[in-house]
Amino acid sequence: MEQAWVPLLLSLKVAGWATALNLVFGVAAGLGLSRWRSGARDVVDSLLTLPLVMPPTVLGYYLLVLLGRRGVIGGWLDSLGIQLVFTWQGAVIASTVVAFPLVLKSARAAFESVDPQLERAARTLGVSETAIFFRVTLPLATRGILAGTLLAFARALGEFGATLMIAGNLPGRTQTLSVAVYAAVQAGDDSTANFLVLVTSVTCVVILLAAGRLVPQHSLLTSR
Amino acid sequence: MPLTVDIRKTFVSAERRFTLDVSFATTNQRVVLFGPSGAGKSLTLQAIAGLQHPDEGTITLDGAALFDSARGIDLKPQLRRFAYLFQDYALFPHLNVRQNIAFGLHPGWLNPRARFRHPEVDYWLNALDLRGVAGNHPAQLSGGQKQRVALARALVAQPQLLLLDEPFSALDHALRQRMRRELSDLQTRLDIPMLLITHDPDDVAAFGDQVVQIIDGRVQPETPFAGYARSLS
Repeated sequence: MEQAWVPLLLSLKVAGWATALNLVFGVAAGLGLSRWRSGARDVVDSLLTLPLVMPPTVLGYYLLVLLGRRGVIGGWLDSLGIQLVFTWQGAVIASTVVAFPLVLKSARAAFESVDPQLERAARTLGVSETAIFFRVTLPLATRGILAGTLLAFARALGEFGATLMIAGNLPGRTQTLSVAVYAAVQAGDDSTANFLVLVTSVTCVVILLAAGRLVPQHSLLTSR
Repeated sequence: MPLTVDIRKTFVSAERRFTLDVSFATTNQRVVLFGPSGAGKSLTLQAIAGLQHPDEGTITLDGAALFDSARGIDLKPQLRRFAYLFQDYALFPHLNVRQNIAFGLHPGWLNPRARFRHPEVDYWLNALDLRGVAGNHPAQLSGGQKQRVALARALVAQPQLLLLDEPFSALDHALRQRMRRELSDLQTRLDIPMLLITHDPDDVAAFGDQVVQIIDGRVQPETPFAGYARSLS
């Protein structure tokens, strides 16, 4: 069993980092899209949502092309001495990209559900635009954002295809939970596979329950 | 209140084109903008508050320009120091009554804490009989209480002008009469100039020292107020 904890901890680390990154980029992109008044908005939204519908292996291939040693970004990073392929940091990037649309979508919906009248009211009360964001907009969008973030964490935890493509399957270094399940089954190690599957399932159920509890309360709180 | 408004703005949507072309001046303490829904009353009030940006024209209060397209002046709503009472009150649902009232008194990036004490807030909680619900959230308030909270929140910073957008339309008939009286007393006591928009002739009777009638985006020539029903036919 002991070797099961290593991939679990690695998965939690990767999913944690991916979620933190998405909390910044996904929320910023969601806010941008909710405020942007342009015909290009829906096109950009669709492009940013692509990771949700594309096969993860295809995404992984794109990332490999971009981040590999001979890739556009990878070549530049290589000259700085930074390697992403076959590292856990590479797995973070894969999980971040795959889970990004979940945060983006929920953040955009959460920001759009905030009544603009409240922001106008705050303006007439003399409060600066930045303060309005932190005191009115963000608090009212928080639960929606949090629900999306939990889903993104669960998605990042279960990431397999893109992670395998870019980070590989190096036990102890890049072998995450879902990759370890695959490896255990391939090796015929049923007891390890059973344990890993159980741990993964319980974690995902807990996260979904938590996300489910957040959303209805949100709509209760904002109803007037 | 020497307020002059002379603004134009055209709104174009797929369905229709609407031109707001409003011009009036007043020195009265109580002014009513009167007209049917969709006439442009709210847009005018929002322009005075700085929430709408006219295409051109001027808005001045006491001789000072709040908006002047020719001179490139468009004072931010934050700097105009106008109280604005929204039709649906626009109370912050995540803050309690005390925090709502204190909102404008508390600068910075954080909201006042739930037990925030401030003499002005306590004064208004007492004055408008809200002490008992100070810890409640807006969803737990009655219509009349919501309106009092919105009034307190708007008045606590000692604004130079009170703007009211259909203030009684969300209330039932009996409450409407009571709140009209309360507002009237309050205005007299504070001696604050107010501009109220309505399509209800009873509001005109109660507050219309001067009536500016707006129909289809334009101010109607000054005629003695003849009642809503006849003005439409």
